[in-house]
Amino acid sequence: MTAIAAKIQSGKILISDGAWGTFLQQKGLAPGECPELWNITHPNDVFDIAKSYIDAGSDMIETNSFGGSSFKLTAYGLSDKVYEINKAAAEISRKAAGTNRHVLGSIGPSGKMIMMGDITYDDFYEAFKHQAIALADGGADAMVVETMSDLDEAKAAVHACLDNTNCEVICTMTFEKSGDSGFHTMMGVTPAQMTEELVALGTHIIGANCGNGIQNMIGIVQEIRKVNKTIPILIHANAGAPVYKDGQTIFPETPEQMAEFVKILIDSGANIIGGCCGTTPNHIRKIAQLVRQ
Amino acid sequence: MNSNELLEKIRECVEFGKVNKDVPYPPNMKGMDGADELTKMALEQGVPPADILNEALIKAMERVGQKFTDKKIFVPQMLIAAKAMNASMVHLKPFFQSGQVQRKGKFIIGTVAGDLHDIGKNLVAMIVEGAGWEVVDLGVDVNAQKFIQTIEEDKKAVVGLSALLTTTMASMKSIVGDIKAKYPDVRLIIGGAPITDAFRQEIGADGYAADPQGAVAYLNNIAV
Repeated sequence: MTAIAAKIQSGKILISDGAWGTFLQQKGLAPGECPELWNITHPNDVFDIAKSYIDAGSDMIETNSFGGSSFKLTAYGLSDKVYEINKAAAEISRKAAGTNRHVLGSIGPSGKMIMMGDITYDDFYEAFKHQAIALADGGADAMVVETMSDLDEAKAAVHACLDNTNCEVICTMTFEKSGDSGFHTMMGVTPAQMTEELVALGTHIIGANCGNGIQNMIGIVQEIRKVNKTIPILIHANAGAPVYKDGQTIFPETPEQMAEFVKILIDSGANIIGGCCGTTPNHIRKIAQLVRQ
Repeated sequence: MNSNELLEKIRECVEFGKVNKDVPYPPNMKGMDGADELTKMALEQGVPPADILNEALIKAMERVGQKFTDKKIFVPQMLIAAKAMNASMVHLKPFFQSGQVQRKGKFIIGTVAGDLHDIGKNLVAMIVEGAGWEVVDLGVDVNAQKFIQTIEEDKKAVVGLSALLTTTMASMKSIVGDIKAKYPDVRLIIGGAPITDAFRQEIGADGYAADPQGAVAYLNNIAV
């Protein structure tokens, strides 16, 4: 299979997948339950999610392993299951993707900070290394380090993936609009800083995920393109900012509303479009139709 | 240095995160005394501990909280400021315990049951402590029973509940209901990424804060 970055260099726009967490909740994942354990206990439900995105037209799907690092699994008493859970996550997505779609091993943040003294760079590296190896063994051909806000943590995860697997490495951070001063992560990282540091490290694809909807992503892509014209950019936008209504959390943007911004996002320089929280196979189907017209 | 100069220096150290003489941060204050040394010095010179709290720490943390609200600084700068505040606060603790310095009240805070995220909760705890409140931090994954037990020790305490996940907002709702059923007069303030004022109204909490400084503003209204 041709590498994702190579397909993009040849001019293709690719479609990624939509939400997993909110989808798992619809299938009955209870608050306080470990989503990644479902790879072992409910593999058919996880497979359904993966398959629904493939059927909707995704060129690549993620794995159900966002919180699959030892940092997160330890909180559920599952620290000895890191390998098993992550390998199963990649196997399920690979089964749904077949041999000609990509499987991106999802690696989310630890929730810990180096500057609080509760963790070191080496701790990050070791934990992400174990997760990445298991995902690669399960059949992932790329890794997506995502929802990062701290550059040191992002760099440790990217390094761990590059050093220990043969996978392409994608890294996306979560930005919010900070008044007139552009975009920043919670830790104060700008899209330009992210681009310079992650590209220097050899990251194959960079971008942004989560946040407050697809409209903001346009500004973020523009800021990345100001400092780098060629690095492939992946965007996973939420279906808007969450709204709490009648006892339920709703992400308000419809497939049509999101699709409105897809063309300008691509014109601004994005190469891979998918969704984050609240997006469904219907969102992805609509985006895929639009891109492939 | 006279007392006013000392207080001004301590305020500066806390605002910009100069913990002590040994730390190299911030670069423009390298090698200079930090919050730790200057607080000790001030107390030795007879500066009233209440002045250190009110004129240096509270003022510094108010500026830090405001800059965070205005997105002029981010989480790292806030954490380092809180660290400097703590370095100073350590020397004031005996005066809190002896009752010589009064704080504004007690603030109990925790992340709700089912939610293990603590960064936002910690930031609020730091800024509220820096505003002159005694903070009891119950940690993460805190159930209604634990909140209620802690309220029993001081029924005038204000309680803060944090949630990051949209899935644990339901947990926040049931905890607020349980606390209010037992202690209808206890004031509850909520916050976290997915939380809104509309949600606060729906679940019957008393206050909503979008950021740490918002929590301080709510608490200060109670205190006066």
